[in-house]
Amino acid sequence: MATHRTYFDVEGPDRSALGAQVGRQRARVIERLRDVKRVVAIVSGKGGVGKSYVTAALARAVAQRAAAVGVLDADLQSPTVARLLGATGPLRVAEDAVHPALGTNDVRVVSTDLLLDDGRPLAWRSTAGETHVWRGAAEAGVLREFLGDIAWGALDVLLIDMPPDAGRLADLATLVHNKLAAIAVTIPSDESARSVQRALTAARDGGVAILGVVENMSGYACATCDTIGPLFAGNAGARLAAAFDVPLLARIPFVPPGAGTPALPHVLLDCVHAPRSAHEPPRE
Amino acid sequence: MKFLCIDCDTQMTFEERQQPGDGTFAASFGCPRCGRRVAMLANPMETQLVSTLGVEIGGRTLDEQPLEFTRGAVAGRDDAFIEDAPRAPRPVWSSDAEERLGRVPSFVRGMVKKIYSDYARDRAIAEITPAIMDRAREELGLEGM
Repeated sequence: MATHRTYFDVEGPDRSALGAQVGRQRARVIERLRDVKRVVAIVSGKGGVGKSYVTAALARAVAQRAAAVGVLDADLQSPTVARLLGATGPLRVAEDAVHPALGTNDVRVVSTDLLLDDGRPLAWRSTAGETHVWRGAAEAGVLREFLGDIAWGALDVLLIDMPPDAGRLADLATLVHNKLAAIAVTIPSDESARSVQRALTAARDGGVAILGVVENMSGYACATCDTIGPLFAGNAGARLAAAFDVPLLARIPFVPPGAGTPALPHVLLDCVHAPRSAHEPPRE
Repeated sequence: MKFLCIDCDTQMTFEERQQPGDGTFAASFGCPRCGRRVAMLANPMETQLVSTLGVEIGGRTLDEQPLEFTRGAVAGRDDAFIEDAPRAPRPVWSSDAEERLGRVPSFVRGMVKKIYSDYARDRAIAEITPAIMDRAREELGLEGM
């Protein structure tokens, strides 16, 4: 068989220029996030630790400091954070961007929860079949568009509520590597520690700065006697923080419905948004 | 990707693409030397794979729209989005106006061009001419631009 010239041997233009199209997509993300000071992924490596709850509580608390806060719900399959922040659609489509929904304290939110019918899972219009082949790429595409096509505007911090699996962090790191940091959420149990350790290792191996660990459901806050009792055995938060040489940022007790919201410690808030000094002019 | 006419050892040129609505995709190419034409036919899964990347074979003819892939691919609620009222199309620049814009220092030229473009667009002006630039300068107080 004759040997043909290769792609690189043929000097004519590549009209499709798929690589360049992908490059423009990435440039669009960078440009869109130009005025976002920091992107913080809330990771866990497992479900059920209260990652979305911590994300929403953190967003509310930082926004109460008069900071501009955005929340991107990257848990595309099980979106909950929009509801926790009271954000509802529809999303307004402008010429070159889609405006985020506004939640509590004007937190700017985007989530697949705002796109899906109640009770319906994330599904695709395609009739191509073999969904398992392309679903991962499709979800990465939605994440990219949520970053690059939402009119986030100037933000002090964009919090990303990550899905339980560790893989999505790699997609995120590819798109916003220079601004990205991560906070890990765990519950006290040994089982949780094992999963969260994997997520933290993935973050560290991917060059993502780890700001610290939050231990959620760290005891049970009694609504009547003002004490905190045991809930889960273990001290996963402290162990993970020591293992990765990062601070244990908070131990948040489980609070029964109607008993209020636990205050988040300043060290947790400060690590995603430094408090404004008295000498700085107020934000407009 | 590039298509090569082996007999002529010449790169074929893209002619057109078709998406008939059954999930398949076709792109045709022709050899500028011998005139031979070929069509690349993709099955639905191959077509889906490419569209999932948010790219278009043959290059983009229109700018990517916000959330273009998400809105097209996610089977969601019909009322998830509301559209802002459409703006007038982007104005074209007359050669005289282009020449005048070229005299603006390069480090601010992009910003100045946007100011004039937005001015024209907000007023549904189809073409920016030196007269329009003068009017914008006067109305917007853009002395020196």
